[in-house]
Amino acid sequence: MTVMTHSPDHSTGHSDHGHSDQGAHGSRKTYLIGFWLSVLLTAIPFYLVMSGIVQNKEATGVLLVAMAAVQIIVHMVCFLHMNSKSESGWTMMSLIFTVIIVGIVLSGSLWVMYHLNVNMMLSPDMSQMP
Amino acid sequence: MQTSVDTADNARIFYLKDEHDHAEGGSTMLGFWLYLMSDCLLFAILFATYGVLSTNYAAGPAPKDLFDLWTVALNTTMLLLSSITYGFAMLSADEGKQKSTQVWLIVTALFGLAFVGIELREFAHMIHEGATPQRSAFLSSFFALVSTHGLHVSFGIVWIVTLMVQVQLHGLVPANLRRLMCLSLFWHFLDIVWIGVFTFVYLMGMLR
Repeated sequence: MTVMTHSPDHSTGHSDHGHSDQGAHGSRKTYLIGFWLSVLLTAIPFYLVMSGIVQNKEATGVLLVAMAAVQIIVHMVCFLHMNSKSESGWTMMSLIFTVIIVGIVLSGSLWVMYHLNVNMMLSPDMSQMP
Repeated sequence: MQTSVDTADNARIFYLKDEHDHAEGGSTMLGFWLYLMSDCLLFAILFATYGVLSTNYAAGPAPKDLFDLWTVALNTTMLLLSSITYGFAMLSADEGKQKSTQVWLIVTALFGLAFVGIELREFAHMIHEGATPQRSAFLSSFFALVSTHGLHVSFGIVWIVTLMVQVQLHGLVPANLRRLMCLSLFWHFLDIVWIGVFTFVYLMGMLR
């Protein structure tokens, strides 16, 4: 049997446990820094692909992914105001968890399905195999 | 915290002491952040699907035949501008300037509408050319991914209009500031997803 009561004293041991923070807020400066960095990190990939200035397509692809990753971090810090302290670190914990799961989902799917495609490919001499 | 009291018949009664008071909406931001993380998983699955199927053209059109990078660049600009104007709306709201908050919210909604409009025009153009979602696996996964993002932006615009009415009726009270903060996370999150879309779908598609 459980009885819920209102405890009369709130003074014991909870003084350091405020819930008043509504998330961090940025300043005009961080927003503008984030904006101009994003403009740069968006313009360069588009220029690379539209002009075809880098002949090697693999190298271009790597550059594109690298700049997307940097831009995502810029958005996280400047626009979403991510830090390790908000909500006692739980936002950062859940973000790390999500990034790990997303990594597993993406790399796992691509890896498994790539090998499936390669192994299921009908090559001309397949019909002669016993 | 629990306190057990022995009663006459020796049955134990547990008194659960109340936790300390939570401010109203004190856990909203963390909860909304967790929602965004689950939304992130949804997009991860759509990205993985697109990644697996992106070369299955079924002898149909390939990215090079369909995408116009100038349109995509224009779309990206719209979304990026709407991100910074939403940032300005948040700054005005923090300073308690109701009128300037409303103006920046309108500007953000207009940029959002421009984004959705350009995207719909692109879709209409593709479908007109016969590149419908049922044409090939590549197009199915393309439309699933990009239109899920577009749908999120559309609901974001509905949310902006709703909040503008709320702010007009009740002013910049703490509840409205909290809602604006949630929408801020949502709106910037959509811009982050769009970084993935324009990099992996459009730019990488044109490289193939």
